[in-house]
Amino acid sequence: MNKIKNIDELGKIKTEIIKNLSPETPCIIISCGTCGQARGALKIVEAFRDAIKKLETIQELPIQLRITGCHGFCEVEPNIIIEPEGIFYVKLKPEDAEIIIKETIINKKIIDRLLYVDPVTGKKIAYKKDIPFYKYQNQLISGNNSLIDPTKIDDYIAIDGYKGLAKVLTDMSPEDVISEGKKSGLRGRGGAGFPTGLKWEICRASKGETKYVICNADEGDPGAYMDRSLLEGNPHSIIEGIIIGAYAIGAKEGIVYARNEYPLAVKNVGIAIEKAREYGFLGKNIFGTDFSFDIKIVKGAGAFVCGEETALIASIEGKRGEPQQRPPFPAQKGLWGKPTNINNVETWANVPVIINKGADLYSKIGIGRSKGTKIFSLVGKINNTGLVEVPMGIPLREIVYDIGGGIPKGKKFKAVQTGGPSGGCIPAELLDLPVDYDKLTEVGSIMGSGGMIVMDENTCMVDIAKYFLNFLRDESCGKCLSCREGLDRMYEILNDITEGHGTMEQLNLLEELAPVVKEASMCGLGQTASNPVLSTLRYFRDEYEAHIKSKKCPAGVCKALIEYSIDPEKCTGCTACVKACPQEAIIGEKKKPHKINQNECIKCGACKDICKFDAIKVE
Amino acid sequence: MITINLNKVDVKVEEGSTILETCKFYSIPIPTLCYHEGLSPGGACRLCIVEVGTPENFKVASSCTYPVREGLVVRTHTKRIIEIRKMLIELLVALCPSSKTIQDLASEYAVTHVRFKPKNKDCVLCGLCVRMCAEQMDAKAIGFVGRGINREITTAFDVKSDVCRTCGACMYICPTCQMRCQGPEPSGVLCNSCLNISYPCVDVHNQVMCYMDPCGACLLKESEEKKKVVSSK
Ligand SMILES: Cc1cc2nc3c(=O)[nH]c(=O)nc-3n(C[C@H](O)[C@H](O)[C@H](O)COP(=O)(O)O)c2cc1C
Ligand code: FES
Repeated sequence: MNKIKNIDELGKIKTEIIKNLSPETPCIIISCGTCGQARGALKIVEAFRDAIKKLETIQELPIQLRITGCHGFCEVEPNIIIEPEGIFYVKLKPEDAEIIIKETIINKKIIDRLLYVDPVTGKKIAYKKDIPFYKYQNQLISGNNSLIDPTKIDDYIAIDGYKGLAKVLTDMSPEDVISEGKKSGLRGRGGAGFPTGLKWEICRASKGETKYVICNADEGDPGAYMDRSLLEGNPHSIIEGIIIGAYAIGAKEGIVYARNEYPLAVKNVGIAIEKAREYGFLGKNIFGTDFSFDIKIVKGAGAFVCGEETALIASIEGKRGEPQQRPPFPAQKGLWGKPTNINNVETWANVPVIINKGADLYSKIGIGRSKGTKIFSLVGKINNTGLVEVPMGIPLREIVYDIGGGIPKGKKFKAVQTGGPSGGCIPAELLDLPVDYDKLTEVGSIMGSGGMIVMDENTCMVDIAKYFLNFLRDESCGKCLSCREGLDRMYEILNDITEGHGTMEQLNLLEELAPVVKEASMCGLGQTASNPVLSTLRYFRDEYEAHIKSKKCPAGVCKALIEYSIDPEKCTGCTACVKACPQEAIIGEKKKPHKINQNECIKCGACKDICKFDAIKVE
Repeated sequence: MITINLNKVDVKVEEGSTILETCKFYSIPIPTLCYHEGLSPGGACRLCIVEVGTPENFKVASSCTYPVREGLVVRTHTKRIIEIRKMLIELLVALCPSSKTIQDLASEYAVTHVRFKPKNKDCVLCGLCVRMCAEQMDAKAIGFVGRGINREITTAFDVKSDVCRTCGACMYICPTCQMRCQGPEPSGVLCNSCLNISYPCVDVHNQVMCYMDPCGACLLKESEEKKKVVSSK
C-alpha cells in the first residue's frame, strides 16, 4: 500500500472501495463485541461460515459476512442484521445459521421465531428501523459500528473515514480547527464536561515544543461500556479524532491509555493504528503536509482512579496511579512535565463528525450548553439493556420507557442512577428531567461518563448507597485522609443502618461527614464520592429513617431487617419451596400450608423465586 | 514578587511558593500533619485546607500543594474551613488515638467529641516517612502499597529491605510515634487536657481571621448581649 498523499487520492481510493461493494448482495452483519462474544457470537460466525461453505457446493451464493463491533442492543445478543432489507434477528443459536441462509437469504422469507418481541406491545418486529430501541435513538457516533468491520480500514474509508482529517490538514489552520471545536459546543464526555475546544486552545497556548495528546480509555465505572464499544467497533473514528486534535494543539505524539481488561479493544485499536500508518494517516508528513504525528497504546492495570487525568499521567510515567494537585493543569504541565491534552474516547469520536458535518449543523443537536449526542449504558432493572445514543436534553422518561421499554415484570420505577459510582440517584418525580450536564448537576447527580442504572421498587436505596461506597472506598487511591477515612466511615455508618443498629445520631453524622469528604478531597473521586449518599438522603430520607426508627427495610432487601413468611391463604402446599430451600427451613404437610422455621432461614429468597402462587411474603 | 489577597489583606509573596509557605511567612497558623519544610508537600492529611478563588466563587484546596499566583484570593479561617478541619481531626483521633500530635491538634481545635468507633491504628498514612526516606536519606526503602482502605506503608514485598540503613529517620519524623501523655493505653479516646477555647469569632466574622486569636472578646460581647436580652424579658 502506498501512502495516501492528498485528498484526491483519498477520494479515488474511496470510489474504488465502493465500486467493489455491491449493495444489493445480501450481507449478514454479526454483532461481535466483547458482550456479543460472551453470549456466543463467535460460534454464530463459525456456523455461518460453515453453512455458506456447505451450501455453496449446491448453488452459487453471493453472501457477505460482516463481523462488526457491538450494535448496542445487549439484551438480545447475539443478534444479526441482514442487509439490504435490514432484517433483525435476535438471540441466535449456531443451528439457526443454515436455516437463515436457506429461508431468508435464498427464499426471501422472514423467520418468525427469530424476531424481536417488543416487551411493551408483545408484537414481533422484523426490521431494525422499526424497533423502538433503535427508532428513538440518534446514533450519530455509535451507529457506524454496524457499518464497518473494525479490522478493515477500507470499510471506514467507505463511510467517509479520514475525509475530515484530509479537510483539516489541507484547508484549515490549527486555529480554525479550534474555533470549529469551540463553535460546535462539544463538551468532554469523560466526566467533567469541560468544553473541548477551549481545552485545546489552552493547551495550544501553553509554552513548549513537545506536547502530548492522550485518549482516556480507562473506563472504570462498573456497568459502563460505551467507550469499549467504540474502541472495539470503530477504532478509526477515535484515531482520526486524535490526529485532528493533535494538529490543532501542535502535538507530535499521542497515547491511547486503555485498560488491560479490554483485550479486544486493545487489539482492534492496535490493528487500526497499524493500518492507519500503512495508509499514511499516521507517521511522517501526513497527507503530504509537514504535520507528523504518531500514536502508541499504553495499557493500564485497570484501576478506577487511573481514569482521573493526573493519575493517568502518573500511571503512564510508571508511577503509582495517584492524582496530583491541579494547578498545574495537564495543559500546562502534564506527561513528562510537558503540556498535555486529555480527552475521553467518546469525545475524540465526536471530532471527525463535527469536522464532516460542520460545527453549525452539529450544534443544532442537543440543548442549552450541552450539544451533540451522548451514549449511555442503560442497565439494571430495564427491559432493553444496552447502549443508547440520544441527543442531549432528551427527557429521562423517553430513555427509560420509549427506548428502554420500561421496567421488567410490570414493576414500578423507583430511581435511576446516572454518572457511574459517584453519580446520584434521580427519583421518579424527576423523570421528565432533560438529560444534560447542567440539569443533572442541579438535581445532585452528574453526567459522568454515561452510566445509567435503572432501579425498580425492589431496590433499597440505603443498600445501593452502601454498594457504591464500598466500590469507592476500595478504588480510592487512599492518599487523602478525607477520602480514605471519610468513605470508610460513611460505609461503616451505612452498614450499621442496613444491619439494623443504626441511630439517628449516626444519620446526622453521615450528613455532616458527606460534605466534608466532598470538599476536602483533592481529586474528582473524593469530590464526587458522596453523591450516592447525598442524593439518596435528599430524595429517599424516609427510607433511611424506616431502617433506623422502625427497623424495617421497605424494599425488602436488607437481610437483617426482613423476615420471610408463607401466606397460609395462598400456599397450596405444592412443596416447590421445600425442595428449593438450601437450609431445609420450610416445614409442612403436602397440600397444606407450609411454614418457615425462622431460626434456620438465611433469607436467600430461593423460595420466593420458585413460588408460583405468590405466597411468600417479605416484611 | 507577586501580590495575593490573604484574609482580606494584600500581601507580597515570592513567585513559586505555596499558599502554606506564604501563611507561615505571615504567621498565620495553619494546622498541618503531613507537611515538613525539608520535604516535598504530600497533600494527604488535608488539614492545611484553605479557601481559594475569586470573591464570588471559592473552592477548598490544600494550601501545602497550591502554588500562589497573581491576584489569588485566599481565606484561611472561615467557618466552613474550620468545620471541615474539626471533622478531619475527629477522623484522625478515631483512627489513631494514641498519638500525641493528633491529641494536641484536637485540643487546639476544640474537638471535644469523637463519634466514630476507635480504630487504634499505629499509622495515619501521612507519608512523611516515605518522603523522608526517599528525599533526605536517598534510600527509598519504604513506600505505599495497595489502594483505598488497603493502603499501607511497607518495604518492597514486605521483606527486610536491602537499602534500609536503619537510620531511624522515619521514626524521627513520624507524627504518631510519640505517645500521648497518658501513655499507650489511655482511658478515653480524647485527651483534651490542653483544650483551647474554640474560635469564638468565627460565627460573627465568617471571612476574616482574627489576629488577636484567641481573645474571647466576641464571646464576651455575645454573652453580654444575651444577658441583656434575658434581663429585658
Ligand atoms: C475518579 C475518576 C475516574 C475517571 N475515569 C474516567 C474514565 O474512565 N474515562 C474517562 O474518559 N474519563 C475519566 N475521568 C475524567 C477524566 O479525569 C478527565 O476529565 C477526562 O478524561 C477528560 O476528557 P474529556 O474532557 O473528553 O471528558 C475520571 C475522573 C475521575 C475523577
Ligand atoms: S499539610 Fe497539606 S495536606 Fe497535609
